[in-house]
Amino acid sequence: MQSEIKVKETPLTRKDFKTDQAVRWCPGCGDYMILANMQKAFAQMDHPKENFLSISGIGCSSRITYYLETFGIHSVHGRALPVATGAKLANPDLNVWVFSGDGDSMAIGGNHFIHACRRNVDLNLIIFNNKIYGMTKGQSSPTTPAGVKTKTAPEGSYENPFNIGEIAIGAGATFYARVPDKNPKLMEEAMMQAYHHKGFSVIEVLQNCVIFTDGIHDLITGRDTKNENQVVVEHGKPIEFGNENEFGLEVEGMKLKKTNLENGDRKSIVHDATDPDTAMHLALARMQLPDFPVATGIIRKVEKPNYGMDVHKAIEDAKKRSKYSSVHDLIHGGNTWEIL
Amino acid sequence: MLSSSMRKVVVRFSGDSGDGMQLTGDMFSQSSGIAGNDLTTIPDYPAEIRAPQGSIGGVSSFQIQIGGTEIYTPGDNVDVLVAMNPAALAANLGFLKSGGTIIVDKDNFSSKNLKKAEFDKNPLEDGSLNDFKVIRAPATSLTKEALKDLGLDTQAVARSKNMFALGVLLYMFSRPLDSTISYIEKKFAQKPKLVKANIKALETGFNFGETTELIGNAVIPPANLSAGRYRNIDGNTAIAWGLLAAAEKCGRKLSLSSYPITPASEILHELSKRRDLGAIVFQAEDEIAAATAAIGAAFAGNLSVTTTSGPGLSLKTEALGLAVISELPLVVVNVQRAGPSTGLPTKTEQADLNQALYGRHGEAPMVVMAASSPDDCFYFSYKAAKIALEHVTPVMLLSDTYLASGTSPWKVPEEDELEEIKIPRFEGPPEDWEPYMRDEEFLNRYWMSPGDAGFEHRIGGLEKKENTGNLTYEPLNHQKMTKIREEKIDRIARRIPKQKVHGAESGKLLVVGWGSTYGAINTAVIELIEDGANDLGFTHFNYIKPLPENTGEVLSNYDQILVCELNNGQFVHYLRSKFPDFKYQQFNKIQGQPFSSSEIKAQIVNVLSE
Repeated sequence: MQSEIKVKETPLTRKDFKTDQAVRWCPGCGDYMILANMQKAFAQMDHPKENFLSISGIGCSSRITYYLETFGIHSVHGRALPVATGAKLANPDLNVWVFSGDGDSMAIGGNHFIHACRRNVDLNLIIFNNKIYGMTKGQSSPTTPAGVKTKTAPEGSYENPFNIGEIAIGAGATFYARVPDKNPKLMEEAMMQAYHHKGFSVIEVLQNCVIFTDGIHDLITGRDTKNENQVVVEHGKPIEFGNENEFGLEVEGMKLKKTNLENGDRKSIVHDATDPDTAMHLALARMQLPDFPVATGIIRKVEKPNYGMDVHKAIEDAKKRSKYSSVHDLIHGGNTWEIL
Repeated sequence: MLSSSMRKVVVRFSGDSGDGMQLTGDMFSQSSGIAGNDLTTIPDYPAEIRAPQGSIGGVSSFQIQIGGTEIYTPGDNVDVLVAMNPAALAANLGFLKSGGTIIVDKDNFSSKNLKKAEFDKNPLEDGSLNDFKVIRAPATSLTKEALKDLGLDTQAVARSKNMFALGVLLYMFSRPLDSTISYIEKKFAQKPKLVKANIKALETGFNFGETTELIGNAVIPPANLSAGRYRNIDGNTAIAWGLLAAAEKCGRKLSLSSYPITPASEILHELSKRRDLGAIVFQAEDEIAAATAAIGAAFAGNLSVTTTSGPGLSLKTEALGLAVISELPLVVVNVQRAGPSTGLPTKTEQADLNQALYGRHGEAPMVVMAASSPDDCFYFSYKAAKIALEHVTPVMLLSDTYLASGTSPWKVPEEDELEEIKIPRFEGPPEDWEPYMRDEEFLNRYWMSPGDAGFEHRIGGLEKKENTGNLTYEPLNHQKMTKIREEKIDRIARRIPKQKVHGAESGKLLVVGWGSTYGAINTAVIELIEDGANDLGFTHFNYIKPLPENTGEVLSNYDQILVCELNNGQFVHYLRSKFPDFKYQQFNKIQGQPFSSSEIKAQIVNVLSE
């Protein structure tokens, strides 16, 4: 909820959101891209700087709060979302950004994630999905694909991974975007759209870990493969991909089907991010290689009542109806008696 | 037999869960308060939401002690027992004093009901109650008769018989009916038929008392209470209201983030209703979310609170470490219940003290306080908020099932009687400020929040450099910061009241209690002193970490110290570790029940005679 935003007086720049702390991620880490884009996006937002709040959990991703010159909390593993929820409910004027990793948000913080999606408080969550536990040095995470070798699955992971988009949308998220760390333009676009979205926004960044899962997103994001293996969806536009945009998607029965558009007799479906029904958004979020390209862009953006606004509206309504104007009225009212 | 020479009387209302005994008890408490009596009450109801009707497991009771003198407990043994059915009699007969009075609804002693209560013979007829004075009131039939013209359904008529019982009691204690009648009129304002029915039943009971010569009739004189406006209040409501009062006093919004748990949920319920006073209440998805949301709300600048009971506190523990190291003002209320694990979830215990003091990983000191009566829960939650805000630190307030559900009369304060709360904010320009710079005297940092332009800063769970709050692994800095965090808590002792002693200032034995056991211990000590025990002292702790500054001095004045607590000896271990030179004895009860004053008395007599 951006109630009565005090608009800042002087335009800010990226620099205004840089702290004096040395950034300590590994050279080449995808996190640098997220930091840079976040600072750039922050500078474009309307809130005054003192009303920005950055909150993170624990892990490589979550160091970011120390590098963002805003009020910030580097909190507890998995718990960034409830910390953010408490803060946003306490002061609805805040512009709250939450930073988390795939382990932080999908494993130890999984419960908070689904409830944040359900409640739809106006928070913005960026998940750094490198599909591995980086800070603890290479254990499987809930998004590690089957077959990937990790410290805890030396022969290759044999667990079923989560698809973050599927869980987010399934749990009721009103905004879900997936962006590669290598696409700054799309990331910035997603961040700004999330900022303007009145509700809970989830941005999953396909982020590269140079140490443990280097190249894990390359098939999707690599220069030579991305045209065929990634489809950037845009609201109101046909979903097309391939080097010449020769492929599209059709609906067959209750499933998506990859279709060849070269003949010109077929048309791809048009992306509607605002459709309240989740079926198509889930289908897009679920697409995976090799049968389908991986969908990126803003997959879902729908308007729904948001809990933060509801809480404060309920308070205002209750105050109007109340017989008490102060604690004094409360404690002196009702069944009391006088001793003389 | 009741007589006007009695200074204290214990009454116990009991019936089936659906008989309305809690409401009857509340109304009798209200009437007693208006009559100027001091009082303390305690409910005792089944854990099941709906236990089988007429069964012993389904009995709901309400006990009240009233007096013309100060009353600190709901009483050990019962003078007057109201039993609305055989099961209520079976469940409660053991509490009755020899020679005590029993009022039964004799209409309910059918063979079916006797069987449900596991009586082979009717106790009203077999002579087994010869030690007591039994009043066989036809409550059901007289109520039915009195209400027959009101056009109520059978169920509504049956539900009114609790007012009959109340009427009998009001007659017994020579109370006028008017205040109870206006209570009924208020309570059922939307249902005029029920107002009529309840008043009629009440009067019928009162008249039954008057016309039945068997019933004695007594006046318990007013207690010497100071003048003012009073109300009965239970501990959970008092905690909720104390927090609201503190928020209003300091001009911050109140944020409560909690997860439902017995017996703390009523604080969450009450504050949910108090949205009408601006309370921001968040029912979180779990205890961890509740604690961490409270941290978020604290950083955002609100008076932030999370409430729970033992098992929930275990889950919040990691988050509390963050509150400690980041030094945020946060109130944690733990309404203790009998553990470990699910334990006896509806029963009382003081066994979370160790957890409150030591339950966090790392060196993580926080303030620990404990309330000692339902009404002082208001002041201690207010005080917990005041300390949290003024010292920018987490504070844990301990209550328990006994305080949560019991009630006592509370003299309602005026706004200006509540202590000021001064939030430490940095008044200079942001460039002169550092996130972890401190007040010289109390070592608290300054509380700056989002919205304070120029004061943007980061907090978190990593160790901070002194003053700047920047991350650092410097070994000496960690040691220094650890010591500062401990010292900061210790210095709060300068602001809390000195420990007081009742009875002898020095002598043979000092009785020590903490938290909710105050009433039982105090009653026992008062009686022993009245009986001539002149080398006996009593001191009761509400501030546990830090302890009052004069604690060692107080303890040093006696040959022996007897620490009474509802656990296996947690506070006595704490005192032993702080003051190892004194001679301690301990009295521990771990039965899910509060102390009775008679068992404390017996224990003290034992120690004194050793």
